[in-house]
Amino acid sequence: MFFRRESGSDARLHEPGLALHVEDLTVSYHARPVLWDIDLDVPPGVMAAIVGPNGAGKSTLIKAVLELVPKTAGHVRVFGQPYARTRRRVAYVPQRSSVDWDFPTTALDVVMMGRYGHLGWLRRPGRDTRERAMAALRQMGIDDLAERQISQLSGGQQQRVFLARALVQEADLYLLDEPMAGVDATTERAIVALLQGLRDRGRTVIVVHHDLQTVRRYYDWMVILNVRVIAQGPVAEVHTAANLRRAYGGQIALIETPAEGPAAAG
Amino acid sequence: MSALALLSDHTLMTVAMGAAVLGVVSGVLGSFAVLRQQSLMGDTLSHAALPGICLGFLWAGSRDMGAILGGALAAGALAALSVMLLTRLTRLKTDAALGAVLSLFFAAGIVLLTLIQRRAGAGQAGLEAFLFGQAAAMLRGDVQVMAGLAAAALGLVWLFWKEFKLVTFDPVFARTLGLPVVALEAALTVMVAVAVVIGLQMVGVVLMAAMIVAPAVAARQWVARLGPMVVLAAVIGMASGVAGAVISALGRGLATGPLVVLAASLAVLVSILLAPGRGVVWEWMTRRAERRALRGRRVLAAMQALAAEHGDPDYPAEQGMLDAYFGSGTAPALSRLAARGAVRRAAHMPGEGAHWVITAEGRAEAEALMAGPGAGEDRGAGEDRVAGRGTGGVGGQEMPGDAGAAKDARPGADEGGSDARGAAR
Repeated sequence: MFFRRESGSDARLHEPGLALHVEDLTVSYHARPVLWDIDLDVPPGVMAAIVGPNGAGKSTLIKAVLELVPKTAGHVRVFGQPYARTRRRVAYVPQRSSVDWDFPTTALDVVMMGRYGHLGWLRRPGRDTRERAMAALRQMGIDDLAERQISQLSGGQQQRVFLARALVQEADLYLLDEPMAGVDATTERAIVALLQGLRDRGRTVIVVHHDLQTVRRYYDWMVILNVRVIAQGPVAEVHTAANLRRAYGGQIALIETPAEGPAAAG
Repeated sequence: MSALALLSDHTLMTVAMGAAVLGVVSGVLGSFAVLRQQSLMGDTLSHAALPGICLGFLWAGSRDMGAILGGALAAGALAALSVMLLTRLTRLKTDAALGAVLSLFFAAGIVLLTLIQRRAGAGQAGLEAFLFGQAAAMLRGDVQVMAGLAAAALGLVWLFWKEFKLVTFDPVFARTLGLPVVALEAALTVMVAVAVVIGLQMVGVVLMAAMIVAPAVAARQWVARLGPMVVLAAVIGMASGVAGAVISALGRGLATGPLVVLAASLAVLVSILLAPGRGVVWEWMTRRAERRALRGRRVLAAMQALAAEHGDPDYPAEQGMLDAYFGSGTAPALSRLAARGAVRRAAHMPGEGAHWVITAEGRAEAEALMAGPGAGEDRGAGEDRVAGRGTGGVGGQEMPGDAGAAKDARPGADEGGSDARGAAR
């Protein structure tokens, strides 16, 4: 069943018009709810930010979608199907700190790992895989670092390697967990340009984002989260002082106070 | 014993082959265990084998190798399972779980061992040989069993190389690809238990953990890719095995197992000290070279500034003044600068100390320093750091166009760049 090719259409498609559909999702750690009664819809072809204070459950939401943490209640559909049936259409960029960068491997090797799902059991990565990985590294502007041992890369370069690994997955839905955390401005610009390019080609991009100042510039869709969904919808409608205050409480001083738009309540 | 006699010594050949097999298999599987940060798993699994050995003996009623090794393997698997369940179902961390399981199983093993010895008489059972190994008692048949087990484990690693690699590096990502991560991790752990079983007769349960960890740790120091690391660990393991066997045959009465472990530990010591890039000595030398280069540049910059202040490019700076300015002796830095032609000695008044003049080359170098470390590095400075080990002072050049320069930015390779930045601050 692993590495299984997805069967074609499923008669039990549920909300097939949405890239991501989450209903009644609850996740708890040690009996404490981390996510509570989440209803969430992300249409295809948008670039969406998930924002919220620390402990809001942003990463957990992504992990629940990917079935990396057990759900206490609720269900998730990706392009109308359970994740297990659509994994090949989903690429995941975990937080950079989730792996040991002292692992003895090269940048190119890590990127090629993005193709392992397509290769299936027993088949070894060949020239085709290598070329795809090199192309992705080139797209991220670090193809000359291909043979570099990964501990010799800077934080921004490591993040680019992770993005290149997601690129070779050739997915329709990209889930990224804080890809801009701890990278320099140049890398952040490169990442945003890449993600917007993916969106412009019809892919759906969902990013856990931590910088409220840049949300309006980077994204066209937005989910404000704090254990529950505070608001979701087009950035212009959702990015309001009232919504952010509801999510963050007194934790932030809002720099800009945009006109209060209609809050699309979750 | 002469070399020829050694070669024709039947017992030695058997022991050496067994030790070589053990070295290869523990090097390969230990690499994965060490990289999964489960070095202690080998310790727990080997100690946990003891009750299995005893139960196998009791079940067979004799010193039947099949039953004993089967029991050891089963006990190891049970211990691994216990560790997994403890970490998943309780809030115990892995190290605590490993320690708890190790003590429990080993204590149970010792109790069983004393029971057996009381019942059967120590001589008859001879199970205590499994504590520290008894290579001399090994038979050709035993080596064949060991080789068979080793071949099976190595075959699995070869077959599922890509999967094991991914699960070791990034298990979470592996899960999103649909890999059965738990099963693959369990397979890696069970194979460590197999390696332990292979080493029981040779090294014994107490020292077996070293054979899992040592070759892998030594190999990691020298290479930066998984494939070469696994191969090198196998070679180091094999060499340690053979070396231990030969030394034991040369010096009568020395136990083989501990010698094998000592040989592997020696490889670790040498590797940790000397390996280029990661070795302690290498790092120390790199740091010293950088410190010296930095010192030289600062002295040069100070001399240039003095010359500018006096409006005389050939202003002879007195060494005592430089010493006072830097608060310590500048003689070594000055003679290093002189050796590469950046400064030269100048004639000086009798009764005064040595004077130094900056040369044309030195001036050019100092001017380059004053001009700043270069736009590219300025941009890189203060951004993210290289996550690698070693010197740490290497800026993260990020621009795609800059990547050529960044390529040389591995620790040590760009002494100049990082020194210049240090000097500019």
